[in-house]
Amino acid sequence: MQRSMPLNGDDSAAYAMRQIDPDVVAAYPITPQTELMQNFAQFHADGDVRTELITVESEHSAMSACVGASAAGGRVMTATSSQGLALMWEILYIAASYRLPIAMNVINRALSGPINIHCDHSDSMGSRDTGWLQIYGENPQEAYDNTIQAVRIAEHMDLRLPVMCMQDGFITSHAVERVDMLEDEVVQEFVGEFEPQYPLLDLENPVTYGPLDLYDYFFEHKMQQIDAMSRAEKVVREIGKEYEKISGRSYQMLETFGMEDAETAVIVLSSTAGTTRSTVKDLREQGKKVGMVKIRCFRPFPTDELIDVLKGVKVVGTLDRSDGLGAYGAPLFNETRNTLYDEDEKPDVVDYVFGLGGRDIGKREITDVYSQLEKIASTGEVERRISYLGVRE
Amino acid sequence: MPSLKQLSEREERLSSGHRLCAGCGASVAVRQILISTELPIIACASTGCLEVATTIYPFTAWKIPFIHNAFENAAATISGVESMYRALKKRGRIPDRKIKFVAFGGDGGTYDIGLQSLSGALERGHDFTYVCYDNQAYMNTGIQRSSATPIGANTTTSPCGDEIPGKRGQRKNLTQIVAAHDVPYAAQSTPSHYMDLIRKAQKAIETDGPTFLNVLSPCPRGWRSDATSFADLGKTAVETCVWPLYEIEDGDYVLNGTTKRIADGKKDKLPVEEWLKLQGRFKHLFKDPSGKAVIEEAQSKIDRDWDRLKTLASI
Repeated sequence: MQRSMPLNGDDSAAYAMRQIDPDVVAAYPITPQTELMQNFAQFHADGDVRTELITVESEHSAMSACVGASAAGGRVMTATSSQGLALMWEILYIAASYRLPIAMNVINRALSGPINIHCDHSDSMGSRDTGWLQIYGENPQEAYDNTIQAVRIAEHMDLRLPVMCMQDGFITSHAVERVDMLEDEVVQEFVGEFEPQYPLLDLENPVTYGPLDLYDYFFEHKMQQIDAMSRAEKVVREIGKEYEKISGRSYQMLETFGMEDAETAVIVLSSTAGTTRSTVKDLREQGKKVGMVKIRCFRPFPTDELIDVLKGVKVVGTLDRSDGLGAYGAPLFNETRNTLYDEDEKPDVVDYVFGLGGRDIGKREITDVYSQLEKIASTGEVERRISYLGVRE
Repeated sequence: MPSLKQLSEREERLSSGHRLCAGCGASVAVRQILISTELPIIACASTGCLEVATTIYPFTAWKIPFIHNAFENAAATISGVESMYRALKKRGRIPDRKIKFVAFGGDGGTYDIGLQSLSGALERGHDFTYVCYDNQAYMNTGIQRSSATPIGANTTTSPCGDEIPGKRGQRKNLTQIVAAHDVPYAAQSTPSHYMDLIRKAQKAIETDGPTFLNVLSPCPRGWRSDATSFADLGKTAVETCVWPLYEIEDGDYVLNGTTKRIADGKKDKLPVEEWLKLQGRFKHLFKDPSGKAVIEEAQSKIDRDWDRLKTLASI
């Protein structure tokens, strides 16, 4: 029996954390993540969780304490945004390389400067190569569902890798929608008991975490981490299937809409998928063969599946909510185009950078993108490979 | 307080065979601190000489559980370990026994880059001991000045040159900064005064709540001193009041050993030159005429701090 409540994304993620009841949470406030941690602190104050809550003095210490706590041998969670994620930077790599299954909510917000509090993906995109899995959620429901799955994915014995779950700052984190929630017991049973691996708290078997690893061993250790990441896609799918059984909600590496016979397609992450889906519906009613691919898991990137779903598509537009500043196109474009490079028959890929610093995007802009894709499909000519949507000249 | 004989029978928690330099104070301090108590310890170290030289993969000198995370976060890391200990004990997932937590950092990792992390962990009140092994510069990277470097010291980033006679400005008083957090126990010591250090370490580790030890740790490479003069350096630092031995228990200041005897007028306080002249890093101060003013400045700061400390200790 699921319970429906009107919740925003911060609330729904906090609610999931309450049901998970992790052993340790270390966190620091930052807009727009603050409401999530406030809620969790209230659960803690009311005795609804048995978690040890460490209210640290910075995000750097939040992630550092998470590393210590996780290595000690228990379930650890945190949450942050933007500058906070940037301050954690150094320790994100360490958490991943120590194979610590920490689960973190990242409420996407533009990185300074100029300072801004609204959504773009520059924060999480900057951390895409830190060794964390990255799962992007579209709405408060997905924020809830992903938070629960993240724990299982991270702790899977084939992985033991940290997972970050993104949702769009304010657009998702502060917008109330209906969220269906599982019973506490169902979540508890799903996440199960934490299985410690080489815990510091095992005094009989003392271990050293974080030794100096020079050129004679570093590469092999890095390879083990790389191998673990290569197993991640299978685990994300497995846990998604298992979660579907208890929730009725299906989760894959990516989600498609209208792709069966699509000639043009947009690839997108997070909340903009909702706007894109609605646009596709409208255009389909007009007889246009358009589709959408929502990438749920950006790390690892669903290479094979994306090749598969893009078969037969003539032109693809990637909607990137961050820029590459000096790179040839932004991250989603780069991944997509690179993925398709070896295919004999492949769609043309063009990039649309949009929504930086929370600039709104609506159906009008996305309709315009589909028109441009259609034009490229019919003429075979790309006027601009990389465009910027909704920015004043 | 166990006797020296009893201490010598305790099992070492940091093994020999690590790669710290001959005459380094850090490993001696760590060994003394770790045998000071019979309670189980989980240790952490910030990036630095101690971490690098004791954990070169595939070896480790640590016979107890140990974690190194990064440079500036030993205090935050150990606070995570300690929180997990409480969390799992509360849930009955680990045996109900007392475990203590000790974080080690050099002066770079403590006075400078890790000060915020330390301050936060002290304020939150975790049950841990933070040990700063203070060798007065960034020795692991090759002798760069830190905020613990004394005035006039020749380091690679405060070199003595034609215009500037070594490090400008006085060092930070970290023990006083920690004391301002109102922690239950903080103390200064040095491994040449081993019974003093071991007694304080036991007190710090066995006291509940956040406690702190600031340990002057000679570095022959950085101090340009003889590796065999380890004990003399510590002894002279105490006798000149460069490094007074004292402890602060629940806010009460107590002077110890030689420091107490100097305060009581039973022993003369030596001039700072006695300490400076043992070390090549201060050599230029005795050659160059401008060095005299630096030595005077160093002495005047020591005198001022000494007077203040005696006031705090109600002497």
